[in-house]
Amino acid sequence: MGWYKRRLSKSLWVFHVSGSPCNNCDIEILDLLTPRYDVERFGIKLVGSVRHADVLLVTGIFNKKIAPRIKRIYEQAPKPIFVVAVGTCTSSGCCFKDSYNIVPSREAVIPIDMYIPGCPPKPEAMIAAVAKLIGVLNG
Amino acid sequence: MSGWTFFYLLVFPGLLFTAVLGLLVGWVDRKVSARVQFRVGPPLFQNFNDFFKLLGKETIIVKSSLHSLFVLSPLVAFGVTTLIAAMLGVVLFYGFGFGGDLLVMMYLLMIYSVMVILGGSATGNVYSSLGAGREIKLLLADELAFILVCLVPIIKAGYLIKLEEILSAQVAQGAFIGSFSGALAFIVGLLCIQAKMTLPPFHIPEAETEIVEGPLMEYSGPLLGFWKLNQAMQWVVFPFLLIILFLGGFNSVGWGILWSALKYLGIVVIMILIKNTNPRIRIDTALKFFWKYLTPVALLAVILAVLGV
Ligand code: SF4
Repeated sequence: MGWYKRRLSKSLWVFHVSGSPCNNCDIEILDLLTPRYDVERFGIKLVGSVRHADVLLVTGIFNKKIAPRIKRIYEQAPKPIFVVAVGTCTSSGCCFKDSYNIVPSREAVIPIDMYIPGCPPKPEAMIAAVAKLIGVLNG
Repeated sequence: MSGWTFFYLLVFPGLLFTAVLGLLVGWVDRKVSARVQFRVGPPLFQNFNDFFKLLGKETIIVKSSLHSLFVLSPLVAFGVTTLIAAMLGVVLFYGFGFGGDLLVMMYLLMIYSVMVILGGSATGNVYSSLGAGREIKLLLADELAFILVCLVPIIKAGYLIKLEEILSAQVAQGAFIGSFSGALAFIVGLLCIQAKMTLPPFHIPEAETEIVEGPLMEYSGPLLGFWKLNQAMQWVVFPFLLIILFLGGFNSVGWGILWSALKYLGIVVIMILIKNTNPRIRIDTALKFFWKYLTPVALLAVILAVLGV
């Protein structure tokens, strides 16, 4: 399996799931994919269809309306799949933590493998996080 | 069928060679595109990593799909591409025919497009069927010009239709691109191939940002891997076809090897540059472009070839 995990770590295809964020994190993710940061160096590619994905980049607070859909997207993805939560929203609730229509626990919706804190996190922080994920995969 | 047939099909000009070369050229494509955009680009074995990763992922057979067609179409397309690669490669590297002529080649190339269409419409997804419909229209658009382009070398070789005869005619009278009609047909052929490989500006069926990879949208795991491998192998098949038809084949002695590699890489780099400098066009614009402008030019090339210019 080690050989396969190394192949996987060198070719992570990313699908972007937006779970009711304030939209800043999404913009920052788009920043990450610009020529300036060039994540293709690590084999990371943005794909448009969840069937091609290896990593789900999830942003936002998951309100009650979007949570079932996020669960559905997770179930549609081919396994093995990793979930990287981008932004303080997903990890602690950020400024929306007292809102009335959010789900109580985001981990209950989908299993989250990694959190990237920051409101929004810098692209450098996201690259560092993905590099850590690659490190975990390589053992 | 002797043992050599299997060798030709599976190892040297066929499956193994074409797959490895195609994946490497796919890297050249990504690297040159990255340099055009002032990026660094992926490492050398990126496409191999992608392919092996896809082989190990879960295959999802979509519930609403026609299961048999959904699974078979990438595999049949893979078989067809391997066969084309073997036929072209044997003519190019060994200089004798493997059976089949230019007409068979055109049919086989069409089967590949038909497989994309069937695979896309088998998934039962709206975007996939949209992509399949666009693939049909694109096929309609480029096929006529492509057939006319293929007629030019046939006429110039003295109405011979076998690939190896076209090649030996070029050895006798110089590469066909040297003549006016040959050059004209070569340019049109290059654009047709761009459309047949659905590269930008003709990536209308796959438009990632619009209909999410079209026919490939619902594929995952190994089946997607086979589609990606087919696309990589096309980076070998189509330039080889152009080299046979217009550039006088390969030369495998001394400096000829370098010159042959340059021919191949030259075609590939021109295609990558066209790909990187043009935005996607609409399907009606593509149809107009091929029928209104390229087909008359190809027809002119055919007439000139008949006149012997
Ligand atoms: S973490 Fe901050 S920037 Fe990101 S979605 Fe939440 S509030 Fe917006």
